[in-house]
Amino acid sequence: MEILNYAFMQRALLAALIVGVTAPAIGIYLVQRRQALMGDGIGHVALTGVGLGFLLNTSPVWVATAVAVLGSVVMELIRWYGKTRGDLALAMLFYGGMAGGVMLMSLSDAGSNANLGTYLFGSITTVSPQDMTTICVLAALVLLITVGLRRQLFAVCQDEEFARVTGLPVRLLNLLIAVTAAVTVTVAMRVVGLLLVSALMVIPVAAAQQISRSFAMTFAVAIGIGVAVTLTGTATSYYVDVPSGATIVLLAIGLFVIFTALAAPLAKKRAKAAAGASEGCTLEVPGSRTLTDDVSV
Amino acid sequence: MKQTQQQPVIDLRGATASLGARPVLRGVDLTVHAGEVVALLGANGSGKSTAVRSVIGQVPLSGGTLSLFGTEFRRFRDWARVGYVPQRTTASSGVPATVREVVMAGRLARTKLGIVRKADRAAVHRALALVGMADRAGDSVNALSGGQHQRVLIARALAGEPELLIMDEPMAGVDLASQEVLAGALRAQVAAGTTVLLVLHELGPLEPLIDRAVVLREGCVVHDGPPPEAVGQHALPGHDHVHPHADAAAEPIRTGLLS
Repeated sequence: MEILNYAFMQRALLAALIVGVTAPAIGIYLVQRRQALMGDGIGHVALTGVGLGFLLNTSPVWVATAVAVLGSVVMELIRWYGKTRGDLALAMLFYGGMAGGVMLMSLSDAGSNANLGTYLFGSITTVSPQDMTTICVLAALVLLITVGLRRQLFAVCQDEEFARVTGLPVRLLNLLIAVTAAVTVTVAMRVVGLLLVSALMVIPVAAAQQISRSFAMTFAVAIGIGVAVTLTGTATSYYVDVPSGATIVLLAIGLFVIFTALAAPLAKKRAKAAAGASEGCTLEVPGSRTLTDDVSV
Repeated sequence: MKQTQQQPVIDLRGATASLGARPVLRGVDLTVHAGEVVALLGANGSGKSTAVRSVIGQVPLSGGTLSLFGTEFRRFRDWARVGYVPQRTTASSGVPATVREVVMAGRLARTKLGIVRKADRAAVHRALALVGMADRAGDSVNALSGGQHQRVLIARALAGEPELLIMDEPMAGVDLASQEVLAGALRAQVAAGTTVLLVLHELGPLEPLIDRAVVLREGCVVHDGPPPEAVGQHALPGHDHVHPHADAAAEPIRTGLLS
């Protein structure tokens, strides 16, 4: 495997692996809460952080993380308080974040258009050793929360009102989900880009739930799919020279289509098994033969 | 029962609440003692749902006082003692989940930091068995009928082994077979000493279990006592009590149930 001989490819593959695990791990809760597009919004806001990082000549990853976390908290607050105009407020935040990022980047010396592109669409082979440390630390945090608190997060995302009555700190857990999603966005930023981050949070989950009945199974399969597409996509981008982010997302959508096609007959079989005995609405005519009768000629 | 006389499980006094600008509760008193089964009745829009939702803190009170198990609501943290069955919304969400996973959420309050032990699994199994769903534990909740769905939500509330069970229209849209299973499950809970407050649209198959009925109309309590009788033709939906009664004093309690 010559691909592993290059330090930059080793880093790229490790980053891909990490993103493949973390993005679906938090994404499943967003999908469960029917907020599949939240990651997309955070990605938009994070761009302002990247621009700010360039302008201040500091690490864009850390500044992007800080701004994305702030943005996600604001989104969560809008979800609580803004009942009727909530979606408009969110739209304002998303596009403001995007425009702010582009503006700040153009003001800075280092931030060229090419640079902007690597953050928007990912540039996995340019992940630096410093980026790597940041990514590892943040990913560990994401996993700790999404796996360690899975029962609490499941309860909150399944039925918020019920979770409140069981005494769970629902607001805190909701904030935690938002912050974790923001952190994941910045972890995945270099691999798939801010515009495609959300795809990796949502599509593996969508594909996994085609074939699974339980939350635990969906969680495991989604992470499996996430890892499979990020690693394959990164390797493909090395051999064929195509952008890694786009390759990964298209692979994920391809898997989703395959899983959906596979699931249709599976679901039919399950429905039949579930209906089982209650399905027999056939009129019994005395003396008639049934399929199970032995008929010999 | 002696101790209970001094300390009601639910003590709601002079409760007022509004949804938007509309006052929904206009001074509601509701006291439930340990071991009692109290039905909250009333027509649509009478405030009965709002009343139970205020008891569990989901609707903020604009006035009045509330205490649970003798603790002022603001200081109440002992939610493991309360089991709640919301008005049927969804046990299904954006991601598939099994019956067991959903019911386990009701056990969380009894676990430490969400770590599930053998006793917790056993409690979940018992709760599922009680509503006749033990054999469906591994099935996706999306594959269930409305009645089975409701049974799962009740099992979820029972999994925490609550002392107080609060149910919001548990029988709405539930098939007859499930209604009977639910009534049986409730009977077992009541026999074990669980206190129950339930919102009902009509008494139905739960009638024999109910000790006391509180009837709301337009946000006020209009009856608090034995369950109002609605039998025969009077029980038919849409039936209005406008018979010329011989004795005006014998006029039946207007529950608003049938209007």
